[in-house]
Amino acid sequence: MGSPMKLRARADGDVVEVKILMAHVMETGQRKNPAGEPIPAHFIQTVTVTYGPRTVLSAQWGPAVSANPFLSFKFKGGEKGGTIRVNWVDNKGDTRTDATIIL
Amino acid sequence: MPMLVHRFTKRMQMNQTRRDVVRQGSIVALLMAAGLLRPGDVCAADWNPAAFEIKKLEDLVTLLGGEPATASDAIAINAPDIAENGAVVPITVSSAVPGTDAISILVEKNPNVLAAAFEIPAGTLPEINTRVKMAQTSNLFVLVRAGGKYFYAAKEIKITLGGCGG
Amino acid sequence: MQPSFFDGLRPRIAAACAGALLAAVALTATGDDNHAIDEIAKYREMLKDGNPAELMEMRGEELWTTPRGPRAASLEQCDLGLGPGVLPGAYAHLPRWFEDTSKVQDAESRLVTCMTVLQGLSVEEATRNWTKPNSDIEALVTFVATKSQGAAIDAPALHPREAEFAAVGAELFFRRAGPLDFSCATCHSQDQRRIRLQDLPNFLDPKSAQSSMITWPAYRVSQSAVWTMERRLIDCIRQMRAPDADYLSDAVIALEVYLQKQAAGGVMQAPGIKR
Repeated sequence: MGSPMKLRARADGDVVEVKILMAHVMETGQRKNPAGEPIPAHFIQTVTVTYGPRTVLSAQWGPAVSANPFLSFKFKGGEKGGTIRVNWVDNKGDTRTDATIIL
Repeated sequence: MPMLVHRFTKRMQMNQTRRDVVRQGSIVALLMAAGLLRPGDVCAADWNPAAFEIKKLEDLVTLLGGEPATASDAIAINAPDIAENGAVVPITVSSAVPGTDAISILVEKNPNVLAAAFEIPAGTLPEINTRVKMAQTSNLFVLVRAGGKYFYAAKEIKITLGGCGG
Repeated sequence: MQPSFFDGLRPRIAAACAGALLAAVALTATGDDNHAIDEIAKYREMLKDGNPAELMEMRGEELWTTPRGPRAASLEQCDLGLGPGVLPGAYAHLPRWFEDTSKVQDAESRLVTCMTVLQGLSVEEATRNWTKPNSDIEALVTFVATKSQGAAIDAPALHPREAEFAAVGAELFFRRAGPLDFSCATCHSQDQRRIRLQDLPNFLDPKSAQSSMITWPAYRVSQSAVWTMERRLIDCIRQMRAPDADYLSDAVIALEVYLQKQAAGGVMQAPGIKR
């Protein structure tokens, strides 16, 4: 179970801007620990953002997305008070879903 | 095609200007990376290992067939020319190509070139703001899929490691 | 040959530190650097929206309000100087003298006091992993500092013990030490000094001192972690090759008292985000 995300969703007319911060190490698998052993890759692989039944963004990521990833985008047709859900799944099968209300 | 790509990367190393580079349109069939991502696939469980394991742009060409991507002025990459730290390079990518339904971000000189691929469903604006790691100064490519065709834009971003200040 | 990601990156950062300290002495910004400076400014500006420090702030708030420790108490009665549980502006007034501990304390040492006294945790438990990302103390300091956004730094060191700390801090700031014969002032007492592309604050100039102090604690993208002012100072001291300063020690707090005094009136924007 991952750590909570920080989510913001704001409507301006019929365009909703979604901003997402995820707490994740996004370890590349390229680094070594002080003992010289490789640190295993650990990174978010898929992200899905939904507004009700509608998927408004989906993504596939590799380990080159920065640690504690930030993502923002806009979609049309959202209304204030509606719920945005964000889900991520990482390469170890860990997952996290958080929700926020559109302001 | 691999030969062309080889020439392409060689010429890049000779500090070619971005505009010159962008003219090498046919070469950038390599930017078919997003072609590995199944079109219209929005299932969260699906992550395409092959796309993310590609080490060199050249390998993409070898691996992939299909139409070459076309350079497009309709794709905007907003990013600093210089990043203080390659661990976090902020980028905003937007596409004015009609019918854009996927946007991918690739970093030529990273160990694996594909950083992130986004599916843009109808109703979502073709504009993504995120942050990627860059191992060193490199070209960042943005590949857009629209109407089943691929378009791209490129920008060189210099990475300084900076001092220890802050 | 393609260097692997952080294998390539990390050692060069470490190597850069040693050279950069010496190089900085001679460096000032020139016209040639203007484009670079503009682009670095753009880089920093683009990072401001969506500072991962907000994740630490969220965690800090949870730690503040959740009953923890042998006494199963939250920190909501913690007195950071403005009264039990009063958070707005508290960070901007620190460090300060605390009657109950007979100590001059900064936000960090005061939080440790609250965790030990209110929650019954040991100092070791309260400061566990303080040098690593996502430590409890890092999250709590971030949360507390965020509650001072918009407040002016006001820690004038008027109490005799505070004044003593300010004087000791100034002494430490200017005193050359270590194998490099370096002081904080070597790099931080003149305008337009840089370490590579990083402009260094001149702490003798109030505006410059403010511009630095209002941004700490700050998320360091190079560490994927929020650094507190204590951690920043302790690492500066290490970079000068001076003997290690102890965490939560009077020496570090004295430096903070001096720097906060120099930065008086700066309006807090923390948490900042830095390379």
